[in-house]
Amino acid sequence: MKITVAGKIKEYDDGITVAKLVELENVETPEYVTVTVNDEFVESHDFANTTIKDGDTVEFLYFMGGGC
Amino acid sequence: MIKLKKSDYETILAHAKKEAPVEACGLIAGRIEGDDKIIEKVYILTNVDHAEEHFTLDPREQLAAVKDMRANGYEQLGNWHSHPVSPSRPSDEDKRLAYDSTASYMILSLMDDEPVLNSFHVENNVSSKEELVIE
Repeated sequence: MKITVAGKIKEYDDGITVAKLVELENVETPEYVTVTVNDEFVESHDFANTTIKDGDTVEFLYFMGGGC
Repeated sequence: MIKLKKSDYETILAHAKKEAPVEACGLIAGRIEGDDKIIEKVYILTNVDHAEEHFTLDPREQLAAVKDMRANGYEQLGNWHSHPVSPSRPSDEDKRLAYDSTASYMILSLMDDEPVLNSFHVENNVSSKEELVIE
């Protein structure tokens, strides 16, 4: 299947989960990453049971925060 | 060296003053030329912590900003936030959460009469000031 990851069209096996995609994309510090699929935010506890479909658009957003 | 337009600096400053004593925050995007970063656009984002001592970028606004950067051909260069009552240097928490060693972390201090903006590189919990040019 073809999906769009961070603006780039990529080909992956059908039926992969968000968790698998995070692994395959070598996402650094995944504990600080928020994932959207078709602009819908996926909670981290749902990464393993959220399946990506052909034509989906996925974004990885890195947590940004701090103190003073 | 990291270069910021004076008009963008004024945008950041005005927003930070308006939000104080709550921390203000946002993203910076633009081009990389050799070792230099040229900021083409600053993004004002909501601090979802709405706190005086913490900030977290609003993820929905962050998503919109990332799409806008892509549409404009910009690279995400880092982020900025204000320190309403503390110096322009990364706090321990800032350093702990600065996981991207390629990013520039800009901090605007409003603690004195004259605002101070600095940009930092943070790696392995150690920060170093970057040369910042505002023009």
